[in-house]
Amino acid sequence: MENVIEIKNLKKAFGEKDVLKDVSMVLPRGKNIAILGESGTGKSVLAKCIVRLIEADSGEICVLGKDILGVENEELDEMRKKVGYLFQGGALYDSMTVKENLEFPIRRTQESKNKKEVAEMVEEALESVGLKDAINKMPAELSGGMKKRIGLARTLILKPEIILYDEPTTGLDPVTSGEISELILRVQEKYNTSSIIITHDIKCARITSSEKLKLMMGGKFYVEGTFKELSESDDKKVSSYFT
Amino acid sequence: MNMMLSKITGSLNTFFIEVGNILLFTVNVVKQLFSGPFEHKELIKQGYQIGNKTLPLIAITGFIMGLVLSLQSRPVLVDFGAQSLLPGMIAVSIIREIGPVITALLCAGKISSGIGAELGAMKVTEQLDAMEVSGTKPLNFVVASRVLATTLLVPILVFFADAVGLLGSFVAVNMHESMSVRLFMSQAFNSLSFSDVIPATIKSVFFGFFIGLIGAYKGYHTDKGTESVGISANSAVVTASLVIFIIDLIAVQVSDIIYGF
Ligand SMILES: Nc1ncnc2c1ncn2[C@@H]1O[C@H](COP(=O)(O)OP(=O)(O)OP(=O)(O)O)[C@@H](O)[C@H]1O
Ligand SMILES: [Mg+2]
Repeated sequence: MENVIEIKNLKKAFGEKDVLKDVSMVLPRGKNIAILGESGTGKSVLAKCIVRLIEADSGEICVLGKDILGVENEELDEMRKKVGYLFQGGALYDSMTVKENLEFPIRRTQESKNKKEVAEMVEEALESVGLKDAINKMPAELSGGMKKRIGLARTLILKPEIILYDEPTTGLDPVTSGEISELILRVQEKYNTSSIIITHDIKCARITSSEKLKLMMGGKFYVEGTFKELSESDDKKVSSYFT
Repeated sequence: MNMMLSKITGSLNTFFIEVGNILLFTVNVVKQLFSGPFEHKELIKQGYQIGNKTLPLIAITGFIMGLVLSLQSRPVLVDFGAQSLLPGMIAVSIIREIGPVITALLCAGKISSGIGAELGAMKVTEQLDAMEVSGTKPLNFVVASRVLATTLLVPILVFFADAVGLLGSFVAVNMHESMSVRLFMSQAFNSLSFSDVIPATIKSVFFGFFIGLIGAYKGYHTDKGTESVGISANSAVVTASLVIFIIDLIAVQVSDIIYGF
């Protein structure tokens, strides 16, 4: 099976502080992997290294067969269009309406598209997150869960092959979290994306991960396994996540 | 003693690193200014906001400056029986120095801090990161459009400030004697030459560029956390004001060499 992301021996320190200490993982095409782990172990840093928002110190990251650490400028931007990134708060552009938020990435990266095509793409993306009514709202008028869904729609509109979700359900009530988790699964089925889902939410991890779960501790992966394997683990450190 | 020395070298170090980073940022922004895509809508929006925010302030300040300057200079000139020189003297000082510097400082306070806070908030809420990872070039869309807007607008605002300043001066002159607008204008413009107007305009263009750039730089490099937005806005004003005076100092030297005053 083809791997869309391959990470080998990735290391990253901020000053004196080692955050990522030798991280390796692969993401097979069409699969979802959930990464669990306590606050501050470097999960977000890992995701940001994959899209080069943070520069890794050493190691290798291959995205869709390309060494992402070796590309620059235009080529990097091309790669980034294939990798969607859902930020924790949604990161909606708050000076733009929902519609403009969704149009923005198309307008800036696919200039050949005409108005009608763009409008159709916006509609389709909003439909897939179930928020067609919100099209003319400003981000400030949306709830936290809606922001995340619009953020996901904005990510989907560029038809990425890979999506990185940074805590998609944190700060949401259990019902909305469940809906978002289902949505992530639906998106994967509909668009055949491959995803890494970073989360504290054990229910979200169970619903979304079609592949293994990984547990990160102190800047390294501690264990991996299916939901069932990990939840039945005798290791205190592991089982404490599942109670 | 040793500790003081290491403290001084330490802060010198951070100073030069900051200067280097600003230069690097400048190069990147200038590249974006010429590489497109050109966002004319964003440019117009930013330009409109700049004008909207500063025009009333500049009008009031410029008027008072012209008025006060004239009222204060008048007694000295009267002592020498040279009050007819007043309009010309005021015109030269407003157009060469007071108009550009006052406008630039007001814009540093209003515009630089505004840009610093706005981009700072965008940074903290990861909006800039989101643009970056979708390949939409925030340096082009967000930064270049704002820097271009300030570069184009500040010189226009300076002309406006000059005009209002002269109006203030005209009012001051008419408090003591009655002078027609025409006479005032001809006296004012007679003592002006291109060597007053051109360097001032060029200087204003640089003021405008750095007002936008420093605000954007500070905002773009905001640390995590809400309080850092305030810090960015604040240090944008301080740095921009400092840079304005440095440019002013360089400008006076350069025009000295060129026009040989
Ligand atoms: N830009 C940065 N500069 C310095 N230190 C950083 C930076 N980004 C992250 N860190 C540090 O790296 C560590 C890991 O941060 P990270 O955001 O990856 O944690 P996390 O695992 O995502 O936690 P959470 O679940 O709370 O989001 C933290 O201790 C943080 O202070
Ligand atoms: Mg995180």
